[in-house]
Amino acid sequence: MTDSSIWKTIFGRLTWESFPVHEPILLGTFAVVVVLGAALVGAITKYRLWGYLWTEWFTSVDHKKIGIMYIILGIVMLLRGFADALMMRAQQAIAFGGNEGYLNAHHYDQIFTAHGTIMIFFVAIPLVVGIINFVLPLQLGARDVAFPFLNNLSFWLTVSGAVLTMVSLFVGEFARTGWLGYAPLSGLAYSPDTGVDYYLWSLSIAGIGTTLSAVNMVATVLKMRAPGMTMMKMPVFAWTAFCSNALAVAIFPALTVAFALLLLDRYVGTQFFTNDLGGNAMQYWNLVWIWGHPEVYVLILPAFGIYSEVASTFCGKRLFGYTSMVYATVVILILSYLVWLHHFFTMGSGASVNSFFGIATMVIAIPTGAKIFNWLFTMYRGNIRFELPMMWLVAFILTFVIGGMTGVLLAIPPADFVLHNSLFLVVHFHNTIIGGVVFGLFAGMVYWFPKAFGFKLDPWWGKVAFWGWVAGYWIAWMPLYIPGLFGVTRRVNHFYDTSLQPWFIVAAIGALIILVGILGFVMSILVGWLKRDQLRDVTGDPWGGRTLEWSTSSPPPAYNFAFTPVVHDLDAWYDMKDRGYRRPAQGYRPIHMPRNTGAGVILSGIATVLGFAMVWYMWWLAAIAGAALLAYAIAHTFNYDRDYYIPAEEVARTEAARDRQLALAEA
Amino acid sequence: MIAHALDAEAARQAEEITWHLAEKDDHDHGHSGGATLIGFWIYLMSDALIFASIFATFAVVSTGYAGGPTPREIFDLPLVALNTALLLFSSITYGFAMLAMERGRQAGVQLWLAVTGLLGIAFVGVELYEFSHLIAEGATPQRSAFLSGFFTLVATHGLHVTFGIIWIGVMIAQVAQRGLNPDNRRRLMCLSMFWHFLDIIWIGVFTFVYLLGVLR
Amino acid sequence: MADHAHPAAPEEMHHGEHGHGSMKSYLTGFLLSAVLTAVPFWLVMTGALANPGLTAGIVIACAVVQIVVHSICFLHVDTRSEGGWTLMTFVFTAVIVAITIGGSVWIMYHLNTNMMPMEAVAG
Repeated sequence: MTDSSIWKTIFGRLTWESFPVHEPILLGTFAVVVVLGAALVGAITKYRLWGYLWTEWFTSVDHKKIGIMYIILGIVMLLRGFADALMMRAQQAIAFGGNEGYLNAHHYDQIFTAHGTIMIFFVAIPLVVGIINFVLPLQLGARDVAFPFLNNLSFWLTVSGAVLTMVSLFVGEFARTGWLGYAPLSGLAYSPDTGVDYYLWSLSIAGIGTTLSAVNMVATVLKMRAPGMTMMKMPVFAWTAFCSNALAVAIFPALTVAFALLLLDRYVGTQFFTNDLGGNAMQYWNLVWIWGHPEVYVLILPAFGIYSEVASTFCGKRLFGYTSMVYATVVILILSYLVWLHHFFTMGSGASVNSFFGIATMVIAIPTGAKIFNWLFTMYRGNIRFELPMMWLVAFILTFVIGGMTGVLLAIPPADFVLHNSLFLVVHFHNTIIGGVVFGLFAGMVYWFPKAFGFKLDPWWGKVAFWGWVAGYWIAWMPLYIPGLFGVTRRVNHFYDTSLQPWFIVAAIGALIILVGILGFVMSILVGWLKRDQLRDVTGDPWGGRTLEWSTSSPPPAYNFAFTPVVHDLDAWYDMKDRGYRRPAQGYRPIHMPRNTGAGVILSGIATVLGFAMVWYMWWLAAIAGAALLAYAIAHTFNYDRDYYIPAEEVARTEAARDRQLALAEA
Repeated sequence: MIAHALDAEAARQAEEITWHLAEKDDHDHGHSGGATLIGFWIYLMSDALIFASIFATFAVVSTGYAGGPTPREIFDLPLVALNTALLLFSSITYGFAMLAMERGRQAGVQLWLAVTGLLGIAFVGVELYEFSHLIAEGATPQRSAFLSGFFTLVATHGLHVTFGIIWIGVMIAQVAQRGLNPDNRRRLMCLSMFWHFLDIIWIGVFTFVYLLGVLR
Repeated sequence: MADHAHPAAPEEMHHGEHGHGSMKSYLTGFLLSAVLTAVPFWLVMTGALANPGLTAGIVIACAVVQIVVHSICFLHVDTRSEGGWTLMTFVFTAVIVAITIGGSVWIMYHLNTNMMPMEAVAG
């Protein structure tokens, strides 16, 4: 029946075989998803929260809410991506000699592809973008980002991409090409099934969201700073957010084009990356790494910014070397665009090209080192408080520096010829991403959680999370440098050399310890919520912060600041506290705010349908979705009623309540 | 006594410092109205980088003829010259639309927008004619990497022009509905940047694809 | 919102930050662009210069100059617009474009030279 042309016209290449009914792991996962999903939907329905969720969260254009939603997305996808990691570690711990393990190559390849894709695009990027979303306008003394509606749209486009990737688990299959989808393996000839198409559509849609978000943040920094806040009086986190997003604007077009050309090859039959008729697959690698290398700096720069804020707050002094921090950030931004070939030294570009990119890669360690020294000098003779964010900073310094050093080692082309695609490389990038980005994200989440929700995370479970992650990372990853150095390669689901097994057993144990860390973090949220009255932040400044976000209540009112602050110095809030600032008692004006909108949800929903239809070759559905997208977007522009005013009396009431809260706190 | 005097001194100092902006009625440029133009400009820069990546790819595959048609065999330079002229004229007619907007002349804006749109439609029409001719001759995008690159680069530009034409249509409707209000003016300025940007990209296309292709 | 008493003068709408054109700048730009387009087309279509390398050089130079003309006369890029950020982002983008295209061509030329099979020389 599914061969009939009617079926094919309606359902494209979707058939009953597309559903993995013979895969026990997938069936089990599906059952769990259905149960948990039904429970969630049931609870929301029972407590009549759909209206609340729609009006207060999904359609919100408030940067604080969008930031929180991004972070929730990132944490949910972290659980999925880590599940992939546990599966790989389990397989690699047992599959030696005659034991084939439980995952054949066909599945293992999808798992490592999904793991990388999800961790970068649906965990790291959303978490970074989420934290920037929440913090940046507050730090700049602004009421929101430059384009609040675009912000909402960017979030939902990211969700659309995540949904498509998750759907691939149960309908069809995911790509088996690795997280970057190298041609020619990802071309139609070698990967004719839905996997690469899911990958390409999912990331293309999400990529538009990320690009628009980056444009938004750059415009925010350029135009929305409080009066008196020159660029050189911005908090360092704002600088790193600015540079990271400027870099993102510069690089996502390259990825968009790489994916678009591969899509053209797969759907239209063009010859960009094919092996015959003049194609050149290496141009795919070229474009993808023009994106890929700067992308890791897009992720690490905001983490560096978080560390700077944490260092100055918990050492009780101004950050050492503000100017050099800013210059180092800008230099990293520029240099990161000049090193991309180091990802394919071995592909034959020759000595002159390799030397240039090798040297440039080594040079980038210099401004990074300057930053490390600045944090150390901030700590020196500081009044250090080892709260959890500070602990994450110390763990970062000890862990990340090693990853940086192995990076410099890999930067030497002859060394890379031996180590390319080895386990050594895999440890290097997990070292820098976990030790650098992930530790920074945790530091940031713990640091700013009270600002967002009005209470601190539970400290005990927070420490469980910390030690789980740090000990887990060191046990799971650091030892693997050694087998990597001795030639063990990546992306392997079975080994013949049984002498390697102990290494992988240790790595699997480490992964389980990291699992404790992840669960500890989830518990710190839950227990924190249960004990929120004891952990309450009543002043809005629970850590003794130095930047403007700490001048607001926790959580801040929708409008952030009743009056736009005027800034006179670096560490503006510290300056205000130091010089006897008093809250104004009167003179409140109506505040101009943007309206909520459902357009982001709707456009992204249609985009998801479009992506799914294209994956399965359901051309009629794709055409309808495409037309609907265009029509709805144009219709939306005819709506000029995008804003409203918060009345002055309401502002006065909110501010008076805060005055009372502060008075109680002081008493 | 001394502590009290010091407190009073600090309080006086604190009062002399301005910590807040005393806000007047909030006009729209207090909000993101002021950021739209630079925001759109930054988006346009990202669009320039999309074209840069496609240009780079074209450069890489531009000699991948695979035994098929070469530039000299398929490029019709007089037609390209006509297209270039159409686009250049459309740039200046859009400029006239902007001048009319500065002077608050709604009818003038509508007129020059329409003329620009028609020139744009002519441009896309000529391109479609060129493409259909090539495909009929067997010079399809699938024939060789060079042709893939050619069609993709030129069609991406043509697609952008098409979006611009749709946008012109929408602006004509919205200006008719609400006149030259601040929102419409901002949108017309964004469309202006977009339209002129497309002409700049076309300079790259006719130079590096057509002219240099024929010279090779 | 629409019935606020806004000052009617259009110049205040963009409070001095974004450049506007004048008839003069548009006409100057148009005439320069026309010349800078006609010359390359004429050179290539007639083959007036025997040396294709020289022709290519002139054609490229005309393109670069015409892009500058468009940027100044049509896009009104100057040092004042948006506090200098228009020009800064423009220059940043130009640098990235140069690295993307130049870097790609450099790398891919080396890859092709070193790795192409000997039989398939020219296309």
